[in-house]
Amino acid sequence: MSQKQEDENPAEETGEEKQDTQEKEGMLPERAEEAKLKAKYPSLGQKPGGSDFLMKRLQKGQKYFDSGDYNMAKAKMKNKQLPSAGPDKNLVTGDHIPTPQDLPQRKSSLVTSKLAGGQVE
Amino acid sequence: MATLQSDIISTVEFNHSGELLATGDKGGRVVIFQQEQENKIQSHSRGEYNVYSTFQSHEPEFDYLKSLEIEEKINKIRWLPQKNAAQFLLSTNDKTIKLWKISERDKRPEGYNLKEEDGRYRDPTTVTTLRVPVFRPMDLMVEASPRRIFANAHTYHINSISINSDYETYLSADDLRINLWHLEITDRSFNIVDIKPANMEELTEVITAAEFHPNSCNTFVYSSSKGTIRLCDMRASALCDRHSKLFEEPEDPSNRSFFSEIISSISDVKFSHSGRYMMTRDYLSVKIWDLNMENRPVETYQVHEYLRSKLCSLYENDCIFDKFECCWNGSDSVVMTGSYNNFFRMFDRNTKRDITLEASRENNKPRTVLKPRKVCASGKRKKDEISVDSLDFNKKILHTAWHPKENIIAVATTNNLYIFQDKVN
Repeated sequence: MSQKQEDENPAEETGEEKQDTQEKEGMLPERAEEAKLKAKYPSLGQKPGGSDFLMKRLQKGQKYFDSGDYNMAKAKMKNKQLPSAGPDKNLVTGDHIPTPQDLPQRKSSLVTSKLAGGQVE
Repeated sequence: MATLQSDIISTVEFNHSGELLATGDKGGRVVIFQQEQENKIQSHSRGEYNVYSTFQSHEPEFDYLKSLEIEEKINKIRWLPQKNAAQFLLSTNDKTIKLWKISERDKRPEGYNLKEEDGRYRDPTTVTTLRVPVFRPMDLMVEASPRRIFANAHTYHINSISINSDYETYLSADDLRINLWHLEITDRSFNIVDIKPANMEELTEVITAAEFHPNSCNTFVYSSSKGTIRLCDMRASALCDRHSKLFEEPEDPSNRSFFSEIISSISDVKFSHSGRYMMTRDYLSVKIWDLNMENRPVETYQVHEYLRSKLCSLYENDCIFDKFECCWNGSDSVVMTGSYNNFFRMFDRNTKRDITLEASRENNKPRTVLKPRKVCASGKRKKDEISVDSLDFNKKILHTAWHPKENIIAVATTNNLYIFQDKVN
């Protein structure tokens, strides 16, 4: 596996050579693209399909609202107004107490779909 | 004019006769189009599709226990074959599958004994004779009602539903599991595939699509993010964790790059109507597999090979994760899939010819023949060619469908639906 890095020929990775390399073998453009990506993001891990990446995919839609925190804060500040979300509504950490108002409102779509009104091409 | 997020089309599907075409969108709505019945005298063109019914299938939800926002976007629609006057379809979002009944009402009872026509009860003292209501014609009303709700069976996001050829059961697949349901039973389902590792750190692949075989009710396939397809036989065991066949094209290890696994991820798998072949779509190509041969596809078609030298920027703008679907024509001789810039591609398996067409109002007048397009990968651009750098990667055609019997296709751009048909003399 470590062979791979040694095999990459630096001379073939420059963008200007792309047209020549495309004619040689189909995979070299991919390697050139990989080099470009690594140059931009040096901390990019070796395995793009690793478990971290997949875990992120599985967790799509996760938002954080801790009802324990919410109730504790409510009890603490029962005489004061609850602090509302700052400019960054997605930041729900530390002393910021999320309230139901802070969570993005998901209204149901009462509007008729555009397709139902428009003409069919 | 800016696109409303809710108008983004997320699925397109013809029913078994092709008379109805359903679309689902990001706003959780379903719109069904119906083909006009042909005027037999003037059949210079096939019937047009007009709006038949529209309803809100799914609503947005918030799972407070898991702090999960559940999108109302319709991921898939699958029609049941027609058994009686009503039509039935399954629609699903990330978590819940629903069975909808779509029925027509073109008569209503009139002449009630005790009620006026507007519903008010008549003064009983004025009722002197017995009157039996009769059915009289009324303007056609199409009603959609949810008949079954199949909920709480998926921890992860549902990507596929597929109705079995027994017409009694269906499967639903999420990233890690596949469940088998009976259409009549909503409070339980059988888990038939579970690829969740005991330790999530060991997770290496997810399920990307699944489909039942069109004829063998015991057989289904599922594809993975690593480019493999597994065929399973439910007769072999209750839990089909061990595949009966594993389809995978060997990769030359010297060709491997950072992008290899990502672009090998299969975004769609579809059996041919005959059941002999299956088609898979990965980021750059469409592959046809013979179910009798596991070690490589029998045909490979390049959809947009010119993107190989753009993978870096396609990774940065997330386009490399776009999930394109693919479909067969009724006779399994042509396959179709979408691309960027509102282009879509068709490959004729017999003649080996392919064509690129564009779904856009600006470039095509209605009722004119579509002009083939060509993308110029590099070097001198010929007249009428489009260079790779001027492709609009926001205009993606992810969903296409082909009429089961005729040469009529439905192509969905971001928020528009195009229906094309071939010329009829």
